[in-house]
Formats: sequence, C-alpha cells, structure tokens
Amino acid sequence: MMQTVLTVTAVVLSLAAAGAIVRIARGPSLLDRVLAADVLLAIFGAALCIDMAANRHLNNLMLLVAISLIGFVGSVTVARFVADRREGVRES
Amino acid sequence: MNPDTVIDAVSAVFMVTGALMSLAAAIGLLRFPDLMSRMHAATKPQVLGLFLLLAALGLQMRTWSVWPVLLVAWLFQLLTVPVSAHMVGRAGYRTKHLHPELLSSDELEAVVQKAAQQAATHGADDDDR
Amino acid sequence: MNRKRISLRQELPLLVWLVFVWGALWQNFSPGNLLFGALIAVLVARIFYLPPVELGGRFNVLRAVPFALIFLGKVVAASFQVLYLAVVRGPNVVSAVVAVPLRSHSDLLVTATGHVISLIPGSLVVEVDRSTSTLYIHGINVRNAEDAAKLRKEVRDTEAGLIRIMGTKAELSALTLETAA
Repeated sequence: MMQTVLTVTAVVLSLAAAGAIVRIARGPSLLDRVLAADVLLAIFGAALCIDMAANRHLNNLMLLVAISLIGFVGSVTVARFVADRREGVRES
Repeated sequence: MNPDTVIDAVSAVFMVTGALMSLAAAIGLLRFPDLMSRMHAATKPQVLGLFLLLAALGLQMRTWSVWPVLLVAWLFQLLTVPVSAHMVGRAGYRTKHLHPELLSSDELEAVVQKAAQQAATHGADDDDR
Repeated sequence: MNRKRISLRQELPLLVWLVFVWGALWQNFSPGNLLFGALIAVLVARIFYLPPVELGGRFNVLRAVPFALIFLGKVVAASFQVLYLAVVRGPNVVSAVVAVPLRSHSDLLVTATGHVISLIPGSLVVEVDRSTSTLYIHGINVRNAEDAAKLRKEVRDTEAGLIRIMGTKAELSALTLETAA
C-alpha cells in the first residue's frame, strides 16, 4: 500500500511543482513570483515530510523547519523591498 | 482488523490529502486572476497540507515523543504564514497590484486617498508604520 | 539596562514556551534537560531583550479548547474552499476589500485576530490601522454587500471568541454588555 501512496503523492507533488514553476516563469510581477516560490518551497517541504513518513525517520525535520523559515524571511524581505522602492518613487 | 493496518490506512489518507493540498495551491496560483486571490491559494492549503503530513509522520513513527516537535514545527508555520501573506498583500496593495474590476467593493481605497491628501498638505512622512 | 524591567509573572508565558520548544527540539522532557532549557530561556530573555507583550492577565482554557477545535475545522474548510474556487470559478472569482473595526485596542488581540482571520475561509488581512484598530480584509468570493456583511460578522465573532479567551476584564464586560443588549 505504501508503494501506491508514494507513487500517487509523487505524481501529485510533481504536478503541483510544475504549476508553481509555470507561475514563477509567467508571473506578471515580482510579488507573484515570490508567492509562487514560497509555494514551491512548501511543496519541497511536503516531499521531505512524505519521505520521512514513508521511511520512518526524522532526519529531515530540522531541514523542514529551516525551509519554512527561509520562505518566510524571503517573502517578507522582498515584500518590504518592493514597498519601499515604490514609496521612494512616489516621493521623488 | 489490527490497529497497525488502521494507522497505516489513516496516515496514507493523510499523506494523499496533504499532497493534494499542494496541488490545490498550484491550481489556485495558475487559475486565479490577481495577486490577492493567489495569496489565498498560496497560504491556506499550505497550512493544512503541512498539518496532515506531520500528522501522518507522527502516526508512522509510532511513538509519542515525536508529537511535541511536530507540534512546534506546525505552530511555527501557523505563526509565519499569515505574516508573510500580510506583508506580500500589503506591498501588493500599495504598488497597485489590485485590479479594481475584480473587486465588488474596496473600503480601503477612500482611506488611502484621504491619507495621501493629508500627507501632501502636511508634507510630513508619517507612513512608516 | 535602563529600560523598565518586566516582572517575572509577565515574562512567564514566554519562558514556558521557550522551555517547551527546547524540550520538543531535543525530544526529551526529562527534568534535567528542562532545567537546562529554563536556564537558557532566562538567559535568552535577558540578553535579547524585546518589548514585553501586554497580556490581558487572564486565560480561559475551557473556552480555548473549543475555539482551537473550531479553528482547526475552519482551516480544513478554508483549504477545500480554495480548492473548489480554484477548480470551479478560476479566473472569474470576485473579491472585495472590507474594513472591519475591532472592539479591542490591545496589540495582542488585534494580532491574534489577524492571524486567525488569515487562516479561516475566504479572508486575508491587507492593512491594519493601529490607531483605530481597524482591519482591512481582502475577502475572496465576496460578490455583494450581503457577503461583505457576512465576512464582517465572521471577523467580529472571531474577535469576540478571542476576547473571551484572553481579553482583559474590561473588554470582556463590554462584550457581555454588547451581547446582552
């Protein structure tokens, strides 16, 4: 049964990653791309989680937390950067 | 029916549903028309997906000692996801990423314009909250 | 340090949380490990000083547990709603930005409400006005004034639930007056 679950989740996650990558490539603005990159990171996290559950180990757990923190810091930084730049343009 | 198969079945369901949540986020990213609705797609399924996958992991490990660390991992996610979504959304609103034709009403617009007028008359920059 | 020291009682929730994280990360809740964790927690709280979070001074566990369960249910509903909207409506989805004035002016409650609101179906915080404690919320699939009113009520109810859990006594009595009237 575990083999079927792994196959199904692998297919589903690959489709999801493909969708996120398409959005990163197409995304009309920087913020769209950041959002899509965040989702892509979350999909990686999901894949790590499934690997841990299927093989019954906890080696990736800290990597998972680190990935979600990197996604957080990344999107906050870019959001601030975008907002600041825009305000600078308006003032000058 | 022995409990082991039940736990395996439950965690299998959790894993497939959790993976489907990632797919939901991707579909939402692709199909929604503007940044704000895409943000909904990016945040909500992510939280539920991680919850289900961590629960599946906890069930598969078969010990109680892993649950606190899984809970901490999920709580971090719970605290960080709304913040990053809010930051991106705020930046998106300020840089005019919103398409007015996709909104049925916008109650922030009037407030922003009033604040901009005030800032213009006073010449003071109090916009660094 | 010349800044105002915070009392231990005010700092206690933070310390307990830090010790819990420590124990969880080591996956070891033995007394020795917890004691060492408590030592590190106190050191961290002293060295990396942050402005204290102003708590309401009360925490109602009996109300918190059902609230957490309902919240979990709403998180599930939110994800499936997004899935449904993405598949069925797609590009034709209509949203709105709605202003919701909150009752409470405490930072903690506004933040908590904002977090919960961001995770329940169909709403996301776009902007916060701290002086009037108004949340500007982007609601997905809000097509008319009726939907907007529903969203506003949802937010106000969430805030009421949070006040019942951890609002100050003054906020709580104001809330009971309001619901009684």
